[in-house]
Amino acid sequence: MTEPIVELEQVTKSYGTHTVLKDISITLEPGKFYTLLGPSGCGKTTILRTISGFTSVTSGNVLFNGKRINEVPANKRNVNTVFQDYALFPHMTVAENVAFGLTLKKMPKDQIAERVANALKLVQLAEFGDRAIDELSGGQQQRIAIARAIVMQPQVLLLDEPLSALDAKLRREMQYELRDLQQRLGITFLFVTHDQEEALAMSDEIFVMNNGEVLQSGSPVDIYDEPINHFVADFIGESNILPGKMMGDYQVAFGGHQFECADAGIPAHEPVEIVIRPEDLNLTEPEHAKLKVTIDTQLFRGDYYEIAATDSLGNDWLIHSVNPAEDGETIGITFRPQDLHVMRYDEKEEEFDARLETYEGTEDDDLDET
Amino acid sequence: MMTLTKRKTWFYFIPYGLWLALFVIAPLALIFYQSFFSLDHHFTFSNYTTYFQSLTYLKMTLNSVWYALLITVFTGLISYPTAYFLHGLKHRQFWLLLVILPTWINILLKAYAFIGIFSQAGLANQFLSFIGIGPQQILFTNASFIFVATYIQIPFMILPIYNALDDLSPAFINASQDLGASGWQTFRRVIFPLTLPGVKAGVQAVFIPSLSLFMLTRLIGGNKVITLGTAIEEHFLTTMNWGMGSTIGVVLIVAMVIVMLLTGDQKPKGGTPR
Repeated sequence: MTEPIVELEQVTKSYGTHTVLKDISITLEPGKFYTLLGPSGCGKTTILRTISGFTSVTSGNVLFNGKRINEVPANKRNVNTVFQDYALFPHMTVAENVAFGLTLKKMPKDQIAERVANALKLVQLAEFGDRAIDELSGGQQQRIAIARAIVMQPQVLLLDEPLSALDAKLRREMQYELRDLQQRLGITFLFVTHDQEEALAMSDEIFVMNNGEVLQSGSPVDIYDEPINHFVADFIGESNILPGKMMGDYQVAFGGHQFECADAGIPAHEPVEIVIRPEDLNLTEPEHAKLKVTIDTQLFRGDYYEIAATDSLGNDWLIHSVNPAEDGETIGITFRPQDLHVMRYDEKEEEFDARLETYEGTEDDDLDET
Repeated sequence: MMTLTKRKTWFYFIPYGLWLALFVIAPLALIFYQSFFSLDHHFTFSNYTTYFQSLTYLKMTLNSVWYALLITVFTGLISYPTAYFLHGLKHRQFWLLLVILPTWINILLKAYAFIGIFSQAGLANQFLSFIGIGPQQILFTNASFIFVATYIQIPFMILPIYNALDDLSPAFINASQDLGASGWQTFRRVIFPLTLPGVKAGVQAVFIPSLSLFMLTRLIGGNKVITLGTAIEEHFLTTMNWGMGSTIGVVLIVAMVIVMLLTGDQKPKGGTPR
């Protein structure tokens, strides 16, 4: 394992009686793309600010390259930030903005010019050096904000919801570009977003947060396939979450039937929740079905139909199907055992990981190839 | 529909239009017109030739500009740090109100108060005696004139600077620090340039009225400094030379326009102007 570049050790932040960060411990390795994902007000930006130095922690340690930096002021930290509203200086040209940090370092002028030109080229705005900030579009300002940060050659780049002000199409483009930029520069990116699609698309590792806590961390695939609890399952992607009961290892009951599943290590008869992603459900003839549902409504989404249905016990089902169904029709649905994911109530991440270890063995290894 | 909205707009324009005509355009036209008449009501350019050939008037003009400049500089030196400090306070609206309060009191009352404070037996001299310096001539000096004028102008400088600081997004300060700037570098390269419009507005609000101060020059400055304001008053009320008084008025108006142009909004940096 490589030496971590940034570590938060049991970091807590409170304002009076209000705690915004609760015992956060996260580790960032060099050269990876990390995402802090959560709804607004969950504390993700506060984590960013403790690393950049704009917010002091109430307790715990912030480590950079193994050294404690709790007391190091923001202007002495080797991290740079791309701010949510870009914060480009309106009284300077594009080139002056990008050069700002370098001129403070009293670097020779020709060297500054060279590095500014390179940074602008990297964000594909090489010709824009003489422009005024208010002449740029939102997407261009976004790139200049990135150029201004990476010209400093930081070891860690912090990005605070940098794409939230862009329209959907531009946002998708920038997702590719940011990912590409991170891989070319080979530095650590810590990206903050409330957009789960963005997080899944770009990250090596995601920290899912809510109410000042990191609920789950892992690769996008891990988090999508094996959410730890109701919140994560609901927040990441779309899902059917149903109450059920564990009947023994690899056996779970819900919707009035017992099914084979891929989860184990949970005491029999413990109440649990079952997650099934809508795209894992297949429509079939009622006689071949695992469950029968009645179609309520359906929406055409372009590449699939989004079907809302109800089973005989009154549970709502969301199904993504390539083929349409008839409203009011009773139809069968099937799924494979591995499509079911069982979640225990109030299980912590360590317990969850430990339980997975007991029966999954080396299955995790193949995820590293992605 | 179109005509209705148009008519409505016209209706709202009436008070402003009247004000503009009666109190801006008419006085300006009158002053300009008057400045071409001699004492015996004949059309003449002699007022202007006298003004620009007379050493007395030129010296007066220089005096006015010089003292207005001094007052503006001192006001600025006190106001910027004050506005900056006030802006960082918790109950800043309240503290700002305390700065604004004195402007609600008539300027003459304040001037008379200072006569009391600066007089031979006044508070200032009592204090100087107490610390062993002994009574000094404070009233009717240039220093006391500048002091009182600065005191009166400070709120008009603090307000626009305070508002500019208020409009400044803290994100700029964060960004500056994030890029490695110290507190002083952030101030010099980001905060001050971005609040410069506030300083300019303050300079306009202070420098231009200071050009024509005349009550203070008499009451506090003891008429040692004769400014253009004093000269205008003398010509209209004492020598009854309205033509000359108007000519000086025209010069003052031109000076004001120059100051406004100098402190006005500059084109945005780089590229094509909007």
